[in-house]
Amino acid sequence: MTSPRKPLDGFRDRLCRPAGLGRTVALLIPYGWLLLFFALPLLIVLKISFSESLLAIPPYSPLVEWVDDATLQIRLSLANFQQLLQDDLYVVAYLNSIKVAAVSTAVCLLLGYGMAYGIARSAARWRYLLLMLIVIPFWTSFLIRVYAMIGFLKDNGLVNNLLLGLGVIDQPLAIMHTAWAVYIGIVYSYLPFMVLPIYAALDRLDPSLLEAAGDLGARPWKAFLRVTLPLSMRGVIAGSLLVFIPAVGEFVIPELLGGLGTPMIGRVLWSDFFANRDWPVASAVAVAMLVLLVVPVMLFDRYGARSLRERR
Amino acid sequence: MTGRKPWFALSLLVLGYLFLYSPIVSLVVYSFNESRLVTVWSGFSTRWYGALLQNHQLLGAAWLSVRVALMTATLSVVIGTLSAFALVRFGSFRGRTLFAGMTMAPLVMPDVITGLSLLLLFVAMEGVLGWPAGRGMTTIVIAHATFATAYVTVVVQSRLSQLDLSLEEAALDLGAPPWKVVAVITIPLIWPAMLAGWLLAFTLSFDDLVVASFTSGPGATTLPMEVFSSVRLGISPQINALATVFIVAVTAMVVLANQLTFRRRG
Amino acid sequence: MAIGVASGLQDKPWTDPSARPYVRIEGLSKSFGDVAAVTGVDLDIFRGEFFALLGASGCGKTTLLRMLAGFEEPSSGKIYIDGVDMAGIPPHRRPVNMMFQSYALFPHMTVAQNVAFGLQQERLPRREVADRVRQMLDLVQIGGLARRKPDQLSGGQRQRVALARSLAKRPKLVLLDEPLGALDRKLREQTQFELVNIQEKLETTFVVVTHDQEEAMTMASRICVMNAGMVEQVGTPHEIYEYPISRFVADFIGDANLFDGVVDATGTGSTRISSADVGDIVVEGGGAAAGAPVTVMVRPEKIQVLAPEAPDPGFNTGEGIVREIAYLGGMSVYHLELPSGKRIQLARANLMHTAETPIGWDDRVRFHWHPANGVPLLA
Repeated sequence: MTSPRKPLDGFRDRLCRPAGLGRTVALLIPYGWLLLFFALPLLIVLKISFSESLLAIPPYSPLVEWVDDATLQIRLSLANFQQLLQDDLYVVAYLNSIKVAAVSTAVCLLLGYGMAYGIARSAARWRYLLLMLIVIPFWTSFLIRVYAMIGFLKDNGLVNNLLLGLGVIDQPLAIMHTAWAVYIGIVYSYLPFMVLPIYAALDRLDPSLLEAAGDLGARPWKAFLRVTLPLSMRGVIAGSLLVFIPAVGEFVIPELLGGLGTPMIGRVLWSDFFANRDWPVASAVAVAMLVLLVVPVMLFDRYGARSLRERR
Repeated sequence: MTGRKPWFALSLLVLGYLFLYSPIVSLVVYSFNESRLVTVWSGFSTRWYGALLQNHQLLGAAWLSVRVALMTATLSVVIGTLSAFALVRFGSFRGRTLFAGMTMAPLVMPDVITGLSLLLLFVAMEGVLGWPAGRGMTTIVIAHATFATAYVTVVVQSRLSQLDLSLEEAALDLGAPPWKVVAVITIPLIWPAMLAGWLLAFTLSFDDLVVASFTSGPGATTLPMEVFSSVRLGISPQINALATVFIVAVTAMVVLANQLTFRRRG
Repeated sequence: MAIGVASGLQDKPWTDPSARPYVRIEGLSKSFGDVAAVTGVDLDIFRGEFFALLGASGCGKTTLLRMLAGFEEPSSGKIYIDGVDMAGIPPHRRPVNMMFQSYALFPHMTVAQNVAFGLQQERLPRREVADRVRQMLDLVQIGGLARRKPDQLSGGQRQRVALARSLAKRPKLVLLDEPLGALDRKLREQTQFELVNIQEKLETTFVVVTHDQEEAMTMASRICVMNAGMVEQVGTPHEIYEYPISRFVADFIGDANLFDGVVDATGTGSTRISSADVGDIVVEGGGAAAGAPVTVMVRPEKIQVLAPEAPDPGFNTGEGIVREIAYLGGMSVYHLELPSGKRIQLARANLMHTAETPIGWDDRVRFHWHPANGVPLLA
């Protein structure tokens, strides 16, 4: 029996909002940290994206300058963003990133949903093992798994040796350094991130709902479409975003598995920064990437973060 | 459950596990290959593990990574737990929306942007404050803690919000002052989540290539950076050996963690 | 209905105007935002009482309890415990311990550690703590479970641990929030008596919150019936049942037949009320002005059915048609439709186990009750 209680009254005033000092300190530490190391850096990126490139250290022009003692001069240069729009390289890289991320997410979803469904419907004694086999790659080094993929896909790697041995092909397939390798690599690396949230959603599904659907005359596939799929939608959305968002900005996979024909925006940013040392353009690329991710990130905020919380 | 055997899902399951594990298994197998040519089997050998132990550059990088990961994980758990308390327990305070957004945003920030933005911050800070003087372990730890904290916050927050508030009320009612309630009731009850967060932060830090590449300086090369530069040059049997060590360690850890939680529940 | 088996108090201090209350609540109010949970409550609770706060969900009884424990700050009003003003005293410094509805046993501690927790906060010597824990576990008859963890206990055992823990510090006041709410019916009835025995043995003051009127009647020395954040009536179980002062209390405690009417004439020691349902009703007592609206409450078991015989002289009488019969085993309840269309209930004990019932469906029956059994309600 509880009386209507607002979450912030009474006892919470005391224990949950501990006396002034402790509470202030407990809040200021993470708040200050995030302002300094998360918000401020993004503002700096934004600022530098409007600067001009200079051959100096740091290699960009100051945005704000004092001219003649008292006049504050602000110079906003849109040159970097113009360059993004005019240079084919950037436009192609952006479009390609979205395409690669979208296709990989779709493939991950198909494969991942099937796997999650299979795990959820497997016998209890198997489920534990199957789930662990998903979790292990989840915790294993990303870089090492991409590396394993090189050994798997290259001209004299496992796939080609197998196919050659079986006589399916007589020339090794050139997979490495193609778009194929990037797709396979992303699906391979991000598959656990798709399986786990979908499994979590399916696991919560009350089996009697399916029995009820069957009892009311729905065939299994109809029950799946009308009951299982809608009720696991949250997991599907969370998983898709957990794959799509990082895949857009992916650097390691296109760098190690892809070739020159697969420009992706993360890779472009990297080379602008490290090879060309053009910090303003790199910043502009970053700002543009963030703008691109606003919609999926907002979706993530609604569905993803919650499901991530529920999973652990 | 009702219905026929889900053959379609079963075949996807088999395909999926084959896909997930055949590259890993072949990598492990070839780490025991005698030959330097990674793809031609010429007999069982552990020589590459021996060579790994002799590779001081790699071992040095591994040691740096371990130290960075330890510091990152510890720092992240402290800040992440405080964030989780603020989000779950402090109710509404000025700037809560901004705070909540900032705690979650690193989860969806592409690595390249996190790395780039923090480097630009460090450069600007050095120009204005003279600190950090150059970049190295400190800057990597700060950068790693910034994104790892978000994961810790999520994990701890979920446990904290499930906690029955009357447990803490009961402790208070029995005469424990508030600080003691936090120490002997709240912390022990969210301890598994803090540990899980610590492990997650450790793994994220130990695994990170991109952010570390941006924020490290000369002389501070982490293990992934070292591995990345040697992988760029091609497949190397030593890296196979290293990867095998890695996979075995992670598998052991996952099995152990599962056993522990399983036993505690049972 | 079980009435008032418990009363740890030989004399009844609440009847003595000079007695000093142990807990004094004055003008206590609490609102959450613009929702008033408790409004202007005045209560005196005496040492050694088993005091029940009874009311429906959301009536403010839990909020009142939480203010006593110190978990909620009153919006206005005062609480004194043993003469000390509790304002601003945090829960961990109050001489009060609470047994939580969810029990709130610390899941990471054993039974013994749970019970010892409060004692350790007082920095008692280790030996003394151990002794007291053993005493408490024996008191609630779970001495053998000291090393178990809460998740290895049954619901009933957990309830006992929670009780032992709230008693261990020998607090001046023990607060129990729905202490039997999570137990099944059989266990609950048995535990009611045990709780009363323990309370009498320790002579501690108990304040219990419950929504179950039978539970309150069985255990409490006095009951405070609450409604919408306010006190409706405070009294012994007997007073509350036999002499409710408002329609709400009459309705909330047990079953009641309510006859609306107007005061017709006031005599010495009795009042005549005219009612549209059963004609004139005579009740004991006087003092009401003629023409005042009044409601007469009569309990179903106080109304007798007259099959062939004539009504006793001086009794109130009426007539109705049997519309429903509920056979409850020990008794049967008849629903009668009066000529006015009003329905009333009357209860008859089933004294013989012959199935033959003298009263059947659609029978027209006469009934009567003694004027002393009608309670006039002015509100």
